[in-house]
Amino acid sequence: MAATPPLLTATGVTMRFGGLTAVHSCDLTVHERQIVGLIGPNGAGKTTLFNCLTGLYTPTEGTVTYRGTQLPAKPHLVTQAGIARTFQNIRLFPNMTVLENVLVGRHTRTKEGLFSALLRGPRFRRAETASARRAHELLDFTGLHGKADHLARNLPYGEQRKLEIARALASDPGLLLLDEPTAGMNPQETRATEQLVLAIRDQGIAVLVIEHDMRFIFNLCDHVAVLVQGEKLVEGDAHTVQRDERVVAAYLGTPYEGAPGQAEAAEVEAAETHAATPHPEENEPR
Amino acid sequence: MTTLARHTPLIPLPAGPARIIAATGAALTLASTFLPWTWTTAFPGNLTVTGYPGGLQTITLAGAALSLLHVLAAHRLRGLRWLAPTGTTAPTVLLALGTLATTWYTLGAIARQLGGLVNLEPGGLLAAAGSLLALLGALALPTDLPHPDGPAPGPLRRLRHTFTTRRPHPAAPLPAWADLLLIAAAFALGLLLFTYGVDAEYGELFVGYLLLTIAGLAALGRSGLTARLTTLTARHRTLTLTAALLTAACFPLTLTNDTYTNLATSILIFATVALGLNVVVGLAGLLDLGYVAFLGVGAYAAALVSGSPESAAGVHFPFWAAVLTGIGASLVFGVLIGAPTLRLRGDYLAIVTLGFGEIFRITMLNLNGKTGPDITNGSMGIPNIPDLDIGGFNFGDTHDLLGFTIGRFGNYYLLMLLATIAVVLVFRRAADSRIGRAWVAIREDETAATAMGINAFRLKLLAFALGAALAGLAGTVQSHVITTATPDQYQFAGTVPPNSAFLLAAVILGGMGTITGPVVGAALLYLIPNKMDFMQDYQLLLFGVALILLMRFRPEGLVADRRKQLEFHDDAPPEGA
Repeated sequence: MAATPPLLTATGVTMRFGGLTAVHSCDLTVHERQIVGLIGPNGAGKTTLFNCLTGLYTPTEGTVTYRGTQLPAKPHLVTQAGIARTFQNIRLFPNMTVLENVLVGRHTRTKEGLFSALLRGPRFRRAETASARRAHELLDFTGLHGKADHLARNLPYGEQRKLEIARALASDPGLLLLDEPTAGMNPQETRATEQLVLAIRDQGIAVLVIEHDMRFIFNLCDHVAVLVQGEKLVEGDAHTVQRDERVVAAYLGTPYEGAPGQAEAAEVEAAETHAATPHPEENEPR
Repeated sequence: MTTLARHTPLIPLPAGPARIIAATGAALTLASTFLPWTWTTAFPGNLTVTGYPGGLQTITLAGAALSLLHVLAAHRLRGLRWLAPTGTTAPTVLLALGTLATTWYTLGAIARQLGGLVNLEPGGLLAAAGSLLALLGALALPTDLPHPDGPAPGPLRRLRHTFTTRRPHPAAPLPAWADLLLIAAAFALGLLLFTYGVDAEYGELFVGYLLLTIAGLAALGRSGLTARLTTLTARHRTLTLTAALLTAACFPLTLTNDTYTNLATSILIFATVALGLNVVVGLAGLLDLGYVAFLGVGAYAAALVSGSPESAAGVHFPFWAAVLTGIGASLVFGVLIGAPTLRLRGDYLAIVTLGFGEIFRITMLNLNGKTGPDITNGSMGIPNIPDLDIGGFNFGDTHDLLGFTIGRFGNYYLLMLLATIAVVLVFRRAADSRIGRAWVAIREDETAATAMGINAFRLKLLAFALGAALAGLAGTVQSHVITTATPDQYQFAGTVPPNSAFLLAAVILGGMGTITGPVVGAALLYLIPNKMDFMQDYQLLLFGVALILLMRFRPEGLVADRRKQLEFHDDAPPEGA
């Protein structure tokens, strides 16, 4: 891995909203053809970090570089550079058709301007046909063929997630950022999404994924980073992270001696035995 | 028996007698139009003649004949089945209602103008009774759709259910020439109908016409014919567009009077500007409340270079150069206003554009030589803009064309039509392209659009500038038609269109994001106040009420965009419209 230069490098990314530090001095590296998982409890700052990487937020400190060039904090330029993303709460263009949604994703990879559209020369027609062909390919790839003319808002939930991925893939990205791609899915749909993510990686696209489904993360990811309260806690391959005590603690809390919960439990137990002993006959009338 | 009960109409009668009552009522109404309704010709339109209908009687005649046809179609008469593919009762009720409204309105207007019901002749009373009988009969016809399962519906629900029809099923495919003939016939009928409205000589006739037209169009929607026509026009889009433009070109030839040709030209200007606004509002979703300023910039720019003796510039550009000047000036103004404002979203953008629109008008008012440099003559404006002369063809003169005489306004109408064609082409091609899709994406979700690589600010500026340029094009022609450019033509709101508020209303009322919508909306918004000037005091009130009702019951506008139609009536129960 060390031989290939990293695809995405985030160094010291810090995001503050007023007095609140949502992400604190975070480093992250994604290599070519890697699937990297980003996990952490709710409110850990995972989506904020995503927004910093994709230019939706300007990080208070730190830099993000993609293929060796520093990314500007403008979402359209980040997409132009080759990073595409999906959103945690699905953000399709609800009143456009499925095909149109994917065609919008082609925006950065086509050049036809207003005059070209008004004159409708052969180049314009060629570009439109090529875009439509690519969009149909992506719909086939994500399993949405036959749905091209449906309105995006009319798709069932799972297919809306797939469409978001197809739309992101339409910009021919080198790195795809997925924000909770299986949220709200049933186990079968989650397995299907796993297959889809693997297929995307096999096309040579690196994937950075936020997910709460641990099985999903450990099945797929070559590398996992754990974010807790805005800071990166652990990083490593899936097994290292899985066994790390601090990760378990971050998710489940730390058990320790003399915990107030234990004392209370003992008290309640004692009180119950105390209440039960004086009148055993009342408790058992028969 | 249960199936019959599930079709119970408002008035529970057996189907046979109901049909006979409805048919008798319609026939009586029809017959009454051949009798005198009043004794004096003091009421406009001469309703005193026995033997043939006149004035408002013709509208009642048309309504009664159509109602009768639909009652007969319910009998499954051969050759009439095409009239109502999705159900006959709802259209019959609507037509009977329209006929009743028109007839009773006429009789009421007679009584009011001549001072009492005594001025009605027996023919008038027969018409009143006949139209009422027809409506009662129609309300007793079995409903087109069975009531949904559940407890027996009350009268109100039965009445509402009367207006629902089946979903239109696809028609058997016809040969291409039949499609062409049908489209041509539809446009010819539309032209005839529209001409009748524009030609209406007195307000009462227009009101009667409007009442029956609204009911008739609603009936067409319920009977499924509108859906049939829409499938046809969708199948032959270019042909439909050509037919529409040909129809529009023929329009001035059908008008009887120069005043009406002037009216038609004004409507066309208004409609073209509304189409331009539709790029900004309908496609890119930018609420622009100062759009009329761009029309003003185009008009002023053209006026300055028109060779008018009052123009401060004192030059006379040929028309093509004047057009380019108007477009260019509007474009520059659009970019200048857009660059700082388009960083705002939604409500903020609306307020800022409203402010800029007023700034334009006040600036034009102040560039009068006293409070500023003398460029626009202040409130006097730039008068005496000479008529256009393109290659020896003087637009001020009357010309003979293929046996038709075309006057000054006819010339300008045809010139304006060219501008409209240009705007329609620009709208259509821009909408169906990478740029248009990006605009719609920004309208739908700006954040997601930028994450898809769309430079939202640049594209919004492009939409704003394109909209401004299209308005500028319309402005150059407008200043020559009305020969003056004054600041008070370009207000935010006023009683005379075009102003920013009416433009926006035309777009939203007609249907955002469509070509037909703003044109229909503009025609209605111009024609109705113009024809109903006898109701001047209540005009804006009625306008407001109409807008509220329309937005409540048809939020997607009169002509629904394919997307909007799905957006608003997605999960609605199956309806005919």
